[in-house]
Amino acid sequence: MQKRLAYSLPDEVLEHVFSFIQSDKDRNAVSAVCKSWYEIERWCRRKIFVGNCYAVSPGMVIRRFPEVRSVELKGKPHFADFNLVPDGWGGYVLPWIAEMAGAYPWLEAIRLKRMVVTDESLELIAKSFKNFKVLVLSSCEGFSTDGLAAIAASCKNLRELDLRESDVDDLSGHWLSNFPETYTSMVSLNISCLGSDEVSISALERLVSRCPNLRSLRLNRAVPLDKIANILRLAPQLIEFGTGAYSAELRSDVFSNLAGAFSNCKELKSLSGFWDVVPDYLPAIYSVCSRLTSLNLSYATIQSPDLLKLVSHCPSLQRLLVLDYIEDSGLEALASNCKDLQELRVFPSDPFGVEPNASLTEQGLVAVSLGCPKLQSVLYFCRRMSNAALVTIAKNRPNLTRFRLCIIEPRTADYLTLEPFDIGFGAIVEHCKDLRRLSLSGLLTDLVFEYIGTYAKKLEMLSVAFAGDSDLGLHYVLSGCKSLRKLEIRDCPFGDKALLANASKLETMRSLWMSSCSVSYGACKLLGQKMPKLNAEVIDERGPPGSRPESCPVEKLYIYRSVAGPRFDMPPFVWTMNEDSTLRLS
Amino acid sequence: MSSENGKLLPETDAGGLNFEATELTLGLPGESRVTSDGVAKLGSKRGFSETVDLSLGDNKNTNKFGQSQIDVPEAAKSPVSKAQVVGWPPVRGYAKRRTKSCKYVKVAVDGAPYLRKVDLEMYNTYQQLLTSLEDMFSCFTIRNYLSDKKLDQVNGIEYVPTYEDKDGDWMLVGDVPWQMFVESCKRLRLMKSSEAVGLAAPRTPPKCSSAS
Repeated sequence: MQKRLAYSLPDEVLEHVFSFIQSDKDRNAVSAVCKSWYEIERWCRRKIFVGNCYAVSPGMVIRRFPEVRSVELKGKPHFADFNLVPDGWGGYVLPWIAEMAGAYPWLEAIRLKRMVVTDESLELIAKSFKNFKVLVLSSCEGFSTDGLAAIAASCKNLRELDLRESDVDDLSGHWLSNFPETYTSMVSLNISCLGSDEVSISALERLVSRCPNLRSLRLNRAVPLDKIANILRLAPQLIEFGTGAYSAELRSDVFSNLAGAFSNCKELKSLSGFWDVVPDYLPAIYSVCSRLTSLNLSYATIQSPDLLKLVSHCPSLQRLLVLDYIEDSGLEALASNCKDLQELRVFPSDPFGVEPNASLTEQGLVAVSLGCPKLQSVLYFCRRMSNAALVTIAKNRPNLTRFRLCIIEPRTADYLTLEPFDIGFGAIVEHCKDLRRLSLSGLLTDLVFEYIGTYAKKLEMLSVAFAGDSDLGLHYVLSGCKSLRKLEIRDCPFGDKALLANASKLETMRSLWMSSCSVSYGACKLLGQKMPKLNAEVIDERGPPGSRPESCPVEKLYIYRSVAGPRFDMPPFVWTMNEDSTLRLS
Repeated sequence: MSSENGKLLPETDAGGLNFEATELTLGLPGESRVTSDGVAKLGSKRGFSETVDLSLGDNKNTNKFGQSQIDVPEAAKSPVSKAQVVGWPPVRGYAKRRTKSCKYVKVAVDGAPYLRKVDLEMYNTYQQLLTSLEDMFSCFTIRNYLSDKKLDQVNGIEYVPTYEDKDGDWMLVGDVPWQMFVESCKRLRLMKSSEAVGLAAPRTPPKCSSAS
């Protein structure tokens, strides 16, 4: 009966229907219905997302999906952001580009995160894809402005060039001049990560003036304040804008020019940049503040009163990134002014200092949780917290989907009761039933993990540091969190037992990272040998794990599911626990 | 970098260091500031990064010559106000590695016979850099222009941290935002206060060093 139905519709009709199905999950579901749907679907899939570039090989992807137009890849584990993954670990994009160059001549978009991109890769992209439109390099590294010059010179249809938070070797500001005079297609340009070297302002201005569709422009720190007005006047249609260094000697002509330029931008919704802010220049943006939905002040080292004033002008704010200079008072103002707030990130201005240098405590977060009914996503660095506050936050905001709390000093207890935060985080997972991402901190026992395993059924990503008492903690999480995809753990007393007892769980997850824990080399080997669908990799800079006793804990362990088998590009300090390789080790 | 021996040899007294008066010896790293605890003691003097009080020349630790060689690794000891853990707190940008391996600059101290090298990429603020320099040259009192406080002159000759920038000019450390300093600094020199008179004073005390 099913078979007849499937064949009753011509392929073209099915294909047309499938074209309305964009989400990867749904596409995967479609392809699992029957063989003919699998075949039709694979020929018309245009976008693929590979959350771990080592989970599958480029060849496998190309063989299954021959007509792809957009590829998104992620490389290094998240903890690479905090220097826990040594240089040279991997995540090279070149093999992917090389194979796609031949297989996907009509590729339009490449989005990469935490990958090593070389100038050679960029040059290959520039010459291989005639209709290339979108390049997003998020937290990538390994390339220079020379590679960007190649992209600028060749990609006539480029619409989006976004280098967000990448580490670029800034050799010359002149790469911008490589966009030919005939090039007019830029829609989104983000060069905010580029270094202090001169950016060719005139090339930038010429580029901006000839791209009428430019909607998003994020400059780097090197672009001085007095150049901003001119750039804004060339692009009054901007929706998103990132300033350069927002500092200059206060001059009324510069100020009024700037204020005028901002007021011209009737569609501006998002602002960022603001390095080295001189508070006197902040009022220049007041005319756009009422429309602002997103404000990134995470580089703005201005004090609470100025921040408070600024935030009070922005009633439509949905997303705020700010330093702890905002203090509790600023967050209280935020809570009363910004009822549409959905995402809040508060970063530490002095993360390594011993004493707090801003009056930011748990009170600020409590205020926002109470005052902002739409708050879903929180990233909050602070130096003290209480279970009472966490329980209040949880009850105020059951709609939280992302909750990342970083109490700066490891193993800090509840400052009121001196107890661990098990109850507090327990309340979070119990009340926030749609919680997808959680980062823990402070003093925590195995109990918090029991709560998480019991309640956090939608949790997809969990980050743990300096927490727990025993393997039981890890066991609770692995056995209880049904939706868990990514688990990253550092400096916890978790060892072999929980890991081995829940080995099959690991095949249902994207990846597990454990560093400075108590997992033995022997257990890693066992996992590698018994679980062929997992790649178990030991990162150990002390030398071959085989040169130490089997019971010796490994420095770092990264386990991920893969259909591609162990990788071939491992550096000397990474060992695969896969069967073949372990023979080489002893 | 080879380990340095404990005491400055008399032949190197060309810089005019008055040993008797100031008892300038290079204390062993473990002596007056035992890793995290010792530094934390000093850390209690520090409020914000802008108000660092740096008079660390603790001349109570004398006559360490003859004990084991000083082995102060170059800036590899974290520049901390407390024991620092790799990758914690989990803030990006501070921990980011560059594709250039690191930014090593030579540090010369007027009157000292040896140079050290520091990796500026290891630090995030002037406070951290200057703390580390004090650890390295522990007998010298280093003036920090970021601080308004008058320094205790008891311990002897004051040194002023200066640097040579990309243009070849000698500037006072603390002049520009931290990141800009890292990128333009070619080398450091701890100059005797008396000689630093001609240098440009900082324009305004920078408030932002810790967050750059």
